[in-house]
Amino acid sequence: MIRPGHRRPGYAAALIHRLSGVALALFLPMHFVALGTALQGADRLESFLGLTHNLAVRTAEWGLVCALAVHMTLGLRVLAIEWLAHRERTAIVVSGCLATSFAVGLLFLLSA
Amino acid sequence: MTAQVIPETVTPEAVQGAARMLEVRVRRGEVFQTFAVARRPNQTVLDVVTEIQREQDPTLAYRFACRVGMCGSCGMTVNGRPRWTCRTRVAEAATGDALVLEPLRNLPVVKDLAVDMEPFFEKWRRAHGYFEPGEAPPEDFAPVRPDEPERRKADAGIECINCGVCYAACDVVAWNPDYLGPAALNRAWTLVNDVRDRGQEARLAAVAGDAGCHSCHSHMSCTEHCPKALSPTFAIAGLKRETGRAALRRLWRKA
Repeated sequence: MIRPGHRRPGYAAALIHRLSGVALALFLPMHFVALGTALQGADRLESFLGLTHNLAVRTAEWGLVCALAVHMTLGLRVLAIEWLAHRERTAIVVSGCLATSFAVGLLFLLSA
Repeated sequence: MTAQVIPETVTPEAVQGAARMLEVRVRRGEVFQTFAVARRPNQTVLDVVTEIQREQDPTLAYRFACRVGMCGSCGMTVNGRPRWTCRTRVAEAATGDALVLEPLRNLPVVKDLAVDMEPFFEKWRRAHGYFEPGEAPPEDFAPVRPDEPERRKADAGIECINCGVCYAACDVVAWNPDYLGPAALNRAWTLVNDVRDRGQEARLAAVAGDAGCHSCHSHMSCTEHCPKALSPTFAIAGLKRETGRAALRRLWRKA
């Protein structure tokens, strides 16, 4: 079996895009549960939100924001390739997408 | 005006005497065999394989024909990267003085560095990668101007020489052996843009299946490795758009 060229930036981009999408899909049910508590009154929502004020949840939120940002930037890359026939320098573009996502994550941390 | 320095004439013998040795590891089945070959100026990877086969081990199997980048038969994996070997210089591909040669990925190995290209060409047929003139011959030549958008789209992909490098580079082929692959889909795209062709509906149906254009993950490996600098990724993206439009047209007709 010839070893695959998995270390290509395009492969890494697709992998990160897929994994961040899975992370966002897993988050969505929890998000709806949180919103659902609002239907049972403001106190219920506030008490639920109170549970999220700890370091582990804050870190997870940061990861989620990064995942959302990286999913969006890598999705824009795919759209540019498929609709605009943009011949990219893959390593540079993918690095830019990741850097943008971490910058968004940093902004989230600074504003928290 | 400065005087030009004319270099001394270097005889081939002198070059050979001074040349460094190249360590070439060749995959032969499940094991690697190591050969030592002299480095020479402007030496290609195919030169190295030919030297091994003619001077050291006549049982080494590999494939080549034109030696000038036209026939597409000398594709191999060189230091982990699929390449055409006749136009790849050792200086460009070697890591230091080391070369690792393996057969193309994603294709059955016949022996040593020679692969069976049958699955590759079978997928060209499955993708309707052949011209279909239709039942009735046309009454006149189809006027096709060089600057027409369709002609330009076809032009972008018609220089493919079927070397299989993109097919070996494709991760989706490795995951799904039924996937038609970049070369067959690129060929289908050039025909989709041929106004004379009468087999478009069947072709779009053939490339829209589970193992067709929509399986492409846009890794860009095919585009990155194509020795002819073509972009099968864009051809596949064109097929995705065109098959989408065809599906909408079918829905519209039904409604």
